[in-house]
Amino acid sequence: MHQIKIVRNILLGIENLLLHKLRSLLTTLGIVFGVGSVVAMLSVGEGASKEAMDQIRKLGSNNIIVSAIKSIDDEAASTTHSHMSIYGLTYEDHVRVAESFDTIRQTAPVKLVRKEGRLRERALELRIVGTTPEWFELVRRPVLAGRVLLESDEEDQLAVAVLTEFGARRLLAAESTIGQSLRLGSDYFEVVGIVKSESGQAGNIQIPDEQIDAYIPIGVARKYFGDITTRRTAGTREREMVDLHQIIVQVGSIDDVEPTAAGIENMLGNFHKKKDYLVSVPLALLRQAEATKRTFNIVLGSIAGISLLVGGIGIMNIMLASVTERTQEIGIRRAIGAKRRQIIGQFLIETVVLSIIGGLIGIGLGVLVPFMITYFAGMATVITVGSIVLPLVISFGVGIIFGLYPAVRAANVDPIVALRHE
Amino acid sequence: MSAEAESGCDGKIVQLEDARKIYQMGNQAVNALAGITLSFARGSFWAIMGPSGSGKSTMMNVLGCLDHLTSGRYVLEGQDVSTLDDDSLSELRLRLFGFIFQSFNLIPQLTVQRNIELPLYYLGWDAHHSAARAKELAEKVGLEERLNHHPTELSGGQMQRVAIARALANEPEIIFADEPTGNLDTATGEQILRLLVELNEQGKTIIMVTHESYIAAHAGRRLHMLDGLVERIEGDG
Ligand SMILES: Nc1ncnc2c1ncn2[C@@H]1O[C@H](COP(=O)(O)OP(=O)(O)O)[C@@H](O)[C@H]1O
Ligand SMILES: [Mg+2]
Repeated sequence: MHQIKIVRNILLGIENLLLHKLRSLLTTLGIVFGVGSVVAMLSVGEGASKEAMDQIRKLGSNNIIVSAIKSIDDEAASTTHSHMSIYGLTYEDHVRVAESFDTIRQTAPVKLVRKEGRLRERALELRIVGTTPEWFELVRRPVLAGRVLLESDEEDQLAVAVLTEFGARRLLAAESTIGQSLRLGSDYFEVVGIVKSESGQAGNIQIPDEQIDAYIPIGVARKYFGDITTRRTAGTREREMVDLHQIIVQVGSIDDVEPTAAGIENMLGNFHKKKDYLVSVPLALLRQAEATKRTFNIVLGSIAGISLLVGGIGIMNIMLASVTERTQEIGIRRAIGAKRRQIIGQFLIETVVLSIIGGLIGIGLGVLVPFMITYFAGMATVITVGSIVLPLVISFGVGIIFGLYPAVRAANVDPIVALRHE
Repeated sequence: MSAEAESGCDGKIVQLEDARKIYQMGNQAVNALAGITLSFARGSFWAIMGPSGSGKSTMMNVLGCLDHLTSGRYVLEGQDVSTLDDDSLSELRLRLFGFIFQSFNLIPQLTVQRNIELPLYYLGWDAHHSAARAKELAEKVGLEERLNHHPTELSGGQMQRVAIARALANEPEIIFADEPTGNLDTATGEQILRLLVELNEQGKTIIMVTHESYIAAHAGRRLHMLDGLVERIEGDG
């Protein structure tokens, strides 16, 4: 009974608004743009967070990635003539990092060698990753077949290799690759497992693994391939000596990520003469996302605020005009026996219906904006239930707030004055 | 209380005791009602007459619970309503009164049916029953063909008949009619008046303001007002 009455009241309100279609539509424009901005703001913010979360998931939220880089003066020197550049992370660095911080849970040293891999007649240029079993804890990828590296592989100096799905497909069909002999350079390795891989950049951080990886025990890598690599380019021989190309560190709690990264940075600074390493923190991507979100919140939030204010005032204005126009109607209703609060209800429902209609149009518009932002600016946007519901609540609120004063004015119309015929 | 209430309910539906309404205009006080003691019997038909400014409208507003007395008592069906708040007065109007105005006062945006249904809406009737009652009342005033028309499509006499149908929707005890024929030609006015007489014969109390003595002649009692006071009362209906 009560619900039916509310529905009837709303229908009556809509009927009344339909008497002034154009006027009602124009009145809602402010709400339309305000709500549209809110939807856009929320979906851009949500998109930025989600993108960052996805990236962090690929990189590991509790990870710190320390990479060897060739410093700039080294780069210049190496081009002149045959020269040996020694840079990057050392085995001692790894031990020191692992032992100096009790916030660190585990570490994986990484030694990279580029070699051609051969499986029977097929060949693929591989990136050999000499590492420890921890790698597979820190760079979590699904294991598709066989197993990952074990402590015992290292202890027994076994020539075993874990391939990526991509590499396995290139070199031979998936499952049956397990147990095959893979030739790396001039040595044979037994393929013991296949894992999935990611590649490329996440934000501005290089993802640790690549499609063309082959994982082997680090001691084995060192024994078979040594620390010196030689690259021949147009007459010059370029020789490099690098112990470790990466150290991946995992801390126990997310709160330890940034302090520990700073500590590592500081410690490496004490032992390295040149800046030949880079400490990156995946968690920093979240900070970037938050910064993006903040910028958009400020811009779109201001637009939303101003539009909603203008829209609210517009609605209030139109409702005040409506109260004046309908003074006689209000007088009649009051004389017949309508209570003040029923008049308030009648006008509030009209304002709320008006602002909700504006809100719905605004949501329609606001859903398009993120699409355009994604299309033209390439930014991720995500529309959630929240980014639809909140604007609806806001437009409801605007209707109530800006409708209250006109409604109270209507309720205070004196029927005697309203019905006096001159 | 009970004896008084009973006597009020039996004979006198409305009683005024030294009713005064004073408007303060700057430093000048206007006695719109200057101390009236009067009672209206249930089922009576009153015509209130008098020159402009004599206090007729003020009297109607007070009796119709649209306005408060400055002093004195207004007893309606044995209950003193002088002290009631706005909500209670609205409730009284909704349950006990029907209003008919000189300028009809229909809501132009609403159809005839919706106009007639208006009191029922505030009484909380559902749409189905309201529609049935509106149809019944429209038949009573001879406008069943016009239920879906808007007031602007009707003649003055038809509009006043819609207003009467609306005034009857809540089965009122008292019908207040403020110059109900004032905007109508003589023949149409007569028709409207015949409707009111018929209602009175069915037992409704009717209090009507009019200028025309031939209209007032239909009323059982004629109250002549002057300067906010009762000048004389004619008739014994
Ligand atoms: N709202 C008001 N403010 C001030 N004076 C008023 C008001 N309403 C009525 N009056 C005065 O009260 C007196 C009675 O008015 P009214 O009841 O309208 O008389 P009638 O209806 O008989 O013409 C008049 O002098 C009128 O000027
Ligand atoms: Mg008057």
